[in-house]
Amino acid sequence: MSPNLTLIITMGVLFAAGVYLILERSLTRILVGILLMSNATAILFILISGPNRGVPIIGMSPEDQMSDPLPQAMFLTAIVIGLGLTGFVLALAHRTWQLNRNDEVQDDIEDRRIIRLAQRDKESSTYEPDEGPDDSHEASDEVSDTDSRQAAEAEEIYLQLHGRRINDPKDPDEEVDSE
Amino acid sequence: MLAQIVIVTVAALIAPTLVRFLGRRAFLLLAIVPLIPFIWALSLSDEILEGEILQQNIPWIESLDFSIAFELDGLAWIMVLIVSGIGALVVFYCNYYFTDASRGLRSFAAYLLAFVASMLGLVLANDLLLLFLFWELTTVFSYLLIGHNAESKSSRRAAMKALMVTTAGGLAMFVGFLILGVQVGSMEISVILDAEPRGSLITVAIALVLIGALSKSALFPFHFWLPSAMAAPTPVSAYLHAAAMVKAGIYLIARFAPAFADVEIWRPTIIIAGCITTLIGGWQALKQTDLKLMLAYGTISQLGLMAIFFGVGTVEAAVAGLALLIAHAVFKSSLFMSVGVIDRATGTRDIRRLHGLWNAMPLLSIGMVLSALSMAAVIPTFGFVAKEAAFGSLAAEWGNSALWPILTFVAVFVSAVLTAAYALRFVYGALSGSDGAASPVRVRPRPLLSQAPTAFLGLFGVVLGFWSIKPFIFLDPYADEFLDQQGNAAAQFHNEVILWHGFNLIFTLSLVALVLGAVMFWQRKRFAKLQAMLHQPISADGIYHGIMRGIDRFAVEVTGATQRGSLPLYLSTILIVVIVIPGTLLILSPNWFGNFVWFESPLQPFVGVIMIIAAIAAARSRRRLRAVALLGVTGYGVAILFAFNGAPDLALTQVLVETVSLVFFVFAMRRLPTHFSNRPLRRSRFLRLLVGVVFGATMAGVTYVAISARTANPISDDFAKWAYEVGGGKNIVNVILVDIRAWDTMGEISFLVAAATGVASLVFIKRRNARIVRPTDLEGPKQVWGLDDTMTLSVRQSVVEGNEASDREGFTWLRGGATLAPERRSIIFEVVTRLIFHTMIIFSIYLLFAGHNRPGGGFAAGLVVGVALLVRYLAGGRYELAEALPIDAGRILGIGLMIAVGSGIAAMFYTGTMFQSEIIHFTWPVFGEVKLVTSLFFDIGVYLVVVGLMLDVLRSLGAELDIQMEDEGEDSGDSVPVGSGVSSES
Repeated sequence: MSPNLTLIITMGVLFAAGVYLILERSLTRILVGILLMSNATAILFILISGPNRGVPIIGMSPEDQMSDPLPQAMFLTAIVIGLGLTGFVLALAHRTWQLNRNDEVQDDIEDRRIIRLAQRDKESSTYEPDEGPDDSHEASDEVSDTDSRQAAEAEEIYLQLHGRRINDPKDPDEEVDSE
Repeated sequence: MLAQIVIVTVAALIAPTLVRFLGRRAFLLLAIVPLIPFIWALSLSDEILEGEILQQNIPWIESLDFSIAFELDGLAWIMVLIVSGIGALVVFYCNYYFTDASRGLRSFAAYLLAFVASMLGLVLANDLLLLFLFWELTTVFSYLLIGHNAESKSSRRAAMKALMVTTAGGLAMFVGFLILGVQVGSMEISVILDAEPRGSLITVAIALVLIGALSKSALFPFHFWLPSAMAAPTPVSAYLHAAAMVKAGIYLIARFAPAFADVEIWRPTIIIAGCITTLIGGWQALKQTDLKLMLAYGTISQLGLMAIFFGVGTVEAAVAGLALLIAHAVFKSSLFMSVGVIDRATGTRDIRRLHGLWNAMPLLSIGMVLSALSMAAVIPTFGFVAKEAAFGSLAAEWGNSALWPILTFVAVFVSAVLTAAYALRFVYGALSGSDGAASPVRVRPRPLLSQAPTAFLGLFGVVLGFWSIKPFIFLDPYADEFLDQQGNAAAQFHNEVILWHGFNLIFTLSLVALVLGAVMFWQRKRFAKLQAMLHQPISADGIYHGIMRGIDRFAVEVTGATQRGSLPLYLSTILIVVIVIPGTLLILSPNWFGNFVWFESPLQPFVGVIMIIAAIAAARSRRRLRAVALLGVTGYGVAILFAFNGAPDLALTQVLVETVSLVFFVFAMRRLPTHFSNRPLRRSRFLRLLVGVVFGATMAGVTYVAISARTANPISDDFAKWAYEVGGGKNIVNVILVDIRAWDTMGEISFLVAAATGVASLVFIKRRNARIVRPTDLEGPKQVWGLDDTMTLSVRQSVVEGNEASDREGFTWLRGGATLAPERRSIIFEVVTRLIFHTMIIFSIYLLFAGHNRPGGGFAAGLVVGVALLVRYLAGGRYELAEALPIDAGRILGIGLMIAVGSGIAAMFYTGTMFQSEIIHFTWPVFGEVKLVTSLFFDIGVYLVVVGLMLDVLRSLGAELDIQMEDEGEDSGDSVPVGSGVSSES
């Protein structure tokens, strides 16, 4: 088969633009990026379908000129999945905005906490040495103590990431970058 | 044999219900269950004693040569009797150990019986994989049972420790099993044992299997998990940690001993581990003041002893080991149960505080004394019989100048002394001890029946002892098989498991051991001082914790180094891998220099250039809506390409989806700032651009090379024929969706349901299926989408007058129109909506039914309904949407999924295969000849799911957001009002 350069270049540009966008932090841009890549993939499916351009419906075009129906069926599902994905990510963006007053994907607090443990050469909380109180009541006290310590740490990391405290509605991201 | 396991498993499943209604008394009923396999095994005793071997074989996964194979021979028979007999007693005992207020009793009952079933499976299995399966099941249930008291940290730790150690061993064993199975070419245990394979690989396999056995039976160096496991409720200790689970390792050694005892690592490994274990156990037991811990270390010591005799490799020693196993199962579970009673009666297990039990609970005390005598191997208990046979079998090895029989004998002898000493310490401490006067406890006698199991088993030990006046014939079948397997069928086994051998050296040594033990007990204070002086420098427990800590630290370091928590970083990693590996291969590809075309029609460069410009502009855009609109341009471009490349279905769907997506975007972005904030990633922009461009180039190159390299015909060449003949449709794409690849579509609509549910749950803060409010349900006027001050009063006035004029004519175009704020109403829009809505619905139904033969299908049809609903919503607001389809979206999704699944299952009844189509011809009045393909029902399911998705998103991102914004009273400048269009943003 002979490749079609126009479509290949179009596809490449769409992929490039999509990748550029998905490496962003804003959920809206990430979604736009994913959908651009999805459109690029649509062109990929057109390309690999081959040169035939007959409609794959019996009776509408001769069988030896029909375009390959299998990529079409696969991509038809992909299109509708894309719609479901769009709805879901938009709802996610809306929810993030409701909570944080922006739609950005922040670094994961749990991951940050593990990085801190690694820096301090500490074990994780799943490691339970045999020492320490065995009595169940004392043990539960200890657990709640750890919980509050972890919560305080999470709060601190959140402050670092967002520049504000949890449940503080102040919006620090209003500044707009000019093009 | 399978039936026995199934019966117990079923009982485990109904146990929680029984406990729920009967409380702890359910255990009395459940105790009958293990008796069923017990009686079954007894009924087969004649056959077994005559040397018969019963087998059962049910093929399971034939391609893997994996079958449910069971075998009942002499060894398995004894194990079944122990597991089920003591199991029944323990379940019975649970009734007295627990109270109705005990927590988690329902699950406990289920786990305990499930454990019985797994243990039966373990000893009956005649297939290595099946054995492993049951082996791991016992581990899992043991974990659940040890951790029964999940609120206690020590209990959780103990459960985890037992799980870690036995699972690690189990995995090693599994590898060993696989090697054995592959080397022999069969997974059947009896076949492998008969084959007696040898070689260095087999040696490795045996070593791995032994690791599994040692860890399961708490032998050195894995012995440390057993004392911790005493955190379990006492019935669990009595059963799992005395009679059943810890015997699994010993059982495996006993099972393999006939065939593998002369593998060079067998004897040293087992005997050394056994000697160390038995000495450590005995030594530690003497240190304990907690009765249960004393028994736990005693168990370790005894397990070591049993292992030694199966390690020796002679039939006499193995038989003695089996006798020890029986004796131990009887006396140790008896003693554990007595400790449970004492614990309940006094609230303590500390020998320094216990006293006066003898008077309070004589039955229990008698049972304890008898069992302890058996433990210390005093004539005439069965413990004594077994010990005599054991001593004798070792002494028989002295002749052949090797040193190890003598060393082993010394270890066994010392162990016997220690055993006698801690047996005395146990009885004395529990029943009369006055050593430490510290706060003696008050005894509240327990019901007689709770003491019965202890007494019964204590007595049974003596009965077995007297039974052995004649040789203990129940061990003969195992002995015969042992000789058979060693190829010594001619050799006659002489059963030495007899109560009385006469006054010989062995008996004298037994007496000496008892006397020395008594002396040690008598001098216990001095001995305690000696023990205190010799403290251990390192403990196995410490090493275990060191390893666990090391693993945890390693995991933290690796996770910390790789999981940076940043989404762009993760994505970049994936993308760079794609660039580097396929990219490198790409450059080296020989397919670069074939023919190519610039384009196939002049339309392509035209559309392509527009798409390229739009994509670049979308990536550069700082405004949300502009980016989305430009994305839409590329989407419509794709639709055009589809239309001109022979894909009408795709073009239709793409146009519909693109339109609907745009509206979704507008809905959701009403509340987001108009511009993207640019704060966090300004510096990395160049890097992102680089990754993007190189990735795009890689994809382009891969596509180019792949297409140039392609020579084969597509697999879909025959689809046209199948589609018509089998699928009954002319539209091949549709037939693929609803028939040929219906499973894909099934997965996809499941995803759509999940996505729709996700959208609703993210947007609806309280609940999704709130009452659907239609315009006629409203009380008082509504002002949906009111704009307050943005319209001048005069404009508003004229709009209101116009509306009133049209309403006066007595005809309402859309009922919901009246709920909008006056300045938001558009009579023309309402009229058009009224006129086209039903047409669109009919069109969608046409697409749905025609889709099998013409462009269309469930997806496109559902999307058309979505667009129709969207128009109603935009023209008349959220109450109009409710008016248009006053059904809960979740219900539509559910019904759609149900119809789709139902059509697949119905096809299975019809044709034997899921989603297989059936073509039905019949005549209907008016319609005439009708050809119905059953996959239409599947497509109807797809249709409903898409409609449900659309409605759900409209209700969430549309209507619910309206309500939230009204509640918050915000409709400020930077949000985009619905209906103002998209193109005005630039």
